[in-house]
Amino acid sequence: MGPISNSSSLTAAEAGLVSCHSCRLLCRAGDQVKSGHPYCPRCHAPLHPRKPASLSRTWALVLAAMLLYIPANVLPITQTTSLGHTQSDTILSGVVYFMISGSWHIALIIFVASILVPLVKLVVLIYLLLSVQFKWLWRPRERTRLYRLTEAVGRWSMVDIYVVTVLVALVRMDALASVTAGPAGLYFAAVVVLTMLAADSFDPRLIWDTAKERK
Amino acid sequence: MVKATAATAYIACPACDLLHLRRPVPAGTTARCTRCATPLYRNRGRSLEWPLCLVLAASILFAISNLFPFLTLKIEGRTEETVLMTGIMALYHQGQLGLAALVLLTGLVCPLLQLVGYVYVLLSLHTGAGSSFAAEAYRWVRHVQPWSMIEILLLGILVSVVKLAGMAEVMPGVALYAFMILIFILPAAMVAIDAVSLWDRFPIAAA
Repeated sequence: MGPISNSSSLTAAEAGLVSCHSCRLLCRAGDQVKSGHPYCPRCHAPLHPRKPASLSRTWALVLAAMLLYIPANVLPITQTTSLGHTQSDTILSGVVYFMISGSWHIALIIFVASILVPLVKLVVLIYLLLSVQFKWLWRPRERTRLYRLTEAVGRWSMVDIYVVTVLVALVRMDALASVTAGPAGLYFAAVVVLTMLAADSFDPRLIWDTAKERK
Repeated sequence: MVKATAATAYIACPACDLLHLRRPVPAGTTARCTRCATPLYRNRGRSLEWPLCLVLAASILFAISNLFPFLTLKIEGRTEETVLMTGIMALYHQGQLGLAALVLLTGLVCPLLQLVGYVYVLLSLHTGAGSSFAAEAYRWVRHVQPWSMIEILLLGILVSVVKLAGMAEVMPGVALYAFMILIFILPAAMVAIDAVSLWDRFPIAAA
């Protein structure tokens, strides 16, 4: 390996190295291809310089999540039967219920986790995909930070699924009161899972690769 | 501890691929990428025993929170006790197979795999050099980790309690208290481990 200063301007790819996605060991790209076993010698993960087919995989997952976001919000997520009277609630009407009944902090949690986070996550991922696709140079550092934030925050959308699970478990009094999960639950769960997979398949190093190419 | 070679003397930023020379940082601090500020590695001290203790404690708390009742609901004299499995079974009986499977995976199976995996990996490193099987196990545990969502599950439980408070009497069970401690212990264990320095303990196979 050549002399590299503490913070070089050289990337692993430019130095002919592959950083293992799993354990981050630096491996010589040439050695691995020659031996016919592109696996990390420490953790046995398959080695590749960038996540494979990152852009097309992320696009596919994002588009699927966008489509499912519609039934997730339009269809009822819970059906509550209380003394013969049945009420269907969508995610949004659940938020409104909490606001009216005075639990505005709960309304805020559900609104942020179930409506805002998935939506913002999709918008951010589309923006990042477009920025790489069209080789935009604008603020790579901020775009990287945006990506890390999106990746970290996405799992919290699962909170509504757990609320439905606990309600369904507890309120099973048959004629007196019962809660059943509505069809939106599965669509919403799919949105959360797909956006998590989409964030995972996006490779932030592509942001920096294009910045370098243009120079 | 494996001797530093060219392969471990440098590290590439996971977010922008820039190479950095690995220099020791003061205890408790994080080395960040000079170009994009993404954390590269942390100095958590050399001890394996501390995260191991935390993970073992978390395993006990996890067992308690799944074996004892979580919440008890009282409506007009009738009581209803629940564990997490009750909710999953209720979803399953309503024909919500997908939701039941997802809650089972993220609330029970993945946390269990995470705990068992970390106990195994830390114990095998504690008793000697990491085997190739332990390296494989650690790699899989890190894949499972984002899907282990107990802290989100607890938030969901608290939200449901508020929602039900109006229509019934809800009493917290032993499991809920165990769970509340667990969601502090498990993240503390994860924070006590720096992945880069843990990987340093595993041998690198000769090419």
